[in-house]
Amino acid sequence: MNKILIGILLGTILGFFDGATAWFYPEARAQIVGILIGSTIKGLIAGVLIGVFARKVNSLPLGIVFGLGVGLLLAFGVAYMQHEHYFEIMLPGGLVGTIVGYATQRFGLGAASTPARA
Amino acid sequence: MTWLSDAAVERLREAAESPDLTGTRFRLLHRIGHGGMGAVFLAEDQTLGRRVALKVLDVPDEAGDLAARLLREARILAKLEHPGIVPVHDAGTLPDGRVFYAMKYVEGSRLEELARSLVATPDRLRIFEKICDAVAFAHSRGVLHRDLKPENIMVGPFGEVLVMDWGVAKILREPAGGAAAPEAPPAPARDESPAPDGPARCTASASPDTRDGAVIGTPGYMSPEQARGEAARLDERTDVYALGMILRFLLSGAIGDRGTIPAPLAAVCAKATHADPASRYRSVAALAADVARYLDGLPLEAYPDTLLRRARRTFERHQLVIWLVLAYLITRVLLIFFARH
Repeated sequence: MNKILIGILLGTILGFFDGATAWFYPEARAQIVGILIGSTIKGLIAGVLIGVFARKVNSLPLGIVFGLGVGLLLAFGVAYMQHEHYFEIMLPGGLVGTIVGYATQRFGLGAASTPARA
Repeated sequence: MTWLSDAAVERLREAAESPDLTGTRFRLLHRIGHGGMGAVFLAEDQTLGRRVALKVLDVPDEAGDLAARLLREARILAKLEHPGIVPVHDAGTLPDGRVFYAMKYVEGSRLEELARSLVATPDRLRIFEKICDAVAFAHSRGVLHRDLKPENIMVGPFGEVLVMDWGVAKILREPAGGAAAPEAPPAPARDESPAPDGPARCTASASPDTRDGAVIGTPGYMSPEQARGEAARLDERTDVYALGMILRFLLSGAIGDRGTIPAPLAAVCAKATHADPASRYRSVAALAADVARYLDGLPLEAYPDTLLRRARRTFERHQLVIWLVLAYLITRVLLIFFARH
């Protein structure tokens, strides 16, 4: 599958599920719809960025590092808007970015490349 | 009377045995080896300015049978243009009447030497895949090697693999549009000299023809049907057997020592070297495909898959992403737990 497509699909799905975990926090349950939409869009943006990177750079380690960076950066942006919960938002966000970075490089096929190997 | 020293006699003998390259484009450098019917010399092709290996007939051959056989070997090699098969540059008769052919001079080590230095199993398997590629190509051109063994395989400094010594190859069928390499007439039975540090190659009949009763190959690497001299029964699976023994050699370092071979690869060796040809891999390509599948962590034809094995293989193939997902889930559970308490 195309690397960008994998990035978009996986980023969106993981973003949605990451947002859905807010349901377990009673104080956030009231805003669950907004959180779901925001988290899904964040995942979509991360997926596009990571997918484009994977298409240009065929390297599994670099893909993982880039995914981690994008995940952390976007999660930091979300936490910064709330001025709190930096750790609780950035840690899972970074892990999700890492997963998307790995998956795009490992399972995606670029325009003229094969899946990257470690 | 002046007595000559042994060293002087040896030098004279070497000089007498050296091929006469007068009038050819080759300049003799030194002798580099000796095969069953010919010596191999390092020479310089003065026209092209490169080194070549000259295989020259160096045993008495009054009937011309061995000369025909050497030329036949050269013709077979010329037909097999593949990166894994040593290319022939020239063939003919020297001014001293001896038949020769010039081939690429391969610098590198023989597989048996290399096997001592290679550590990682995947490296050994990748070399084995290249050997299989060359042999599969020969099979696709209707040629059986019949004497595959580690000492007939050279590995170059850049990892290139070359299958050598096609002197006892058998032509199963002529490739479409290919020029026929005439079969040599039968020669008297003889034993070929053993190669250094390797098992003896026995040739009950020195002729490469396909008569039943002619035993051609190397003990330890030749298939049971080959050892019984059933020439008419030989097909691709004969070389599959030898490749199975080579794989076992590569993996264990010595024939018969199966202690360290991983179970799936042991199953591949067992299938390739099955006594019954019908139970072996049907082709070299099928054997190579199983080795490739092992390298890719996929199920093997020779190794039945169970649910547990499949789960373990899936985990091994995707362990990084599995650990990442687990890390994410554990992080999430811990964060929720601490937030609520």
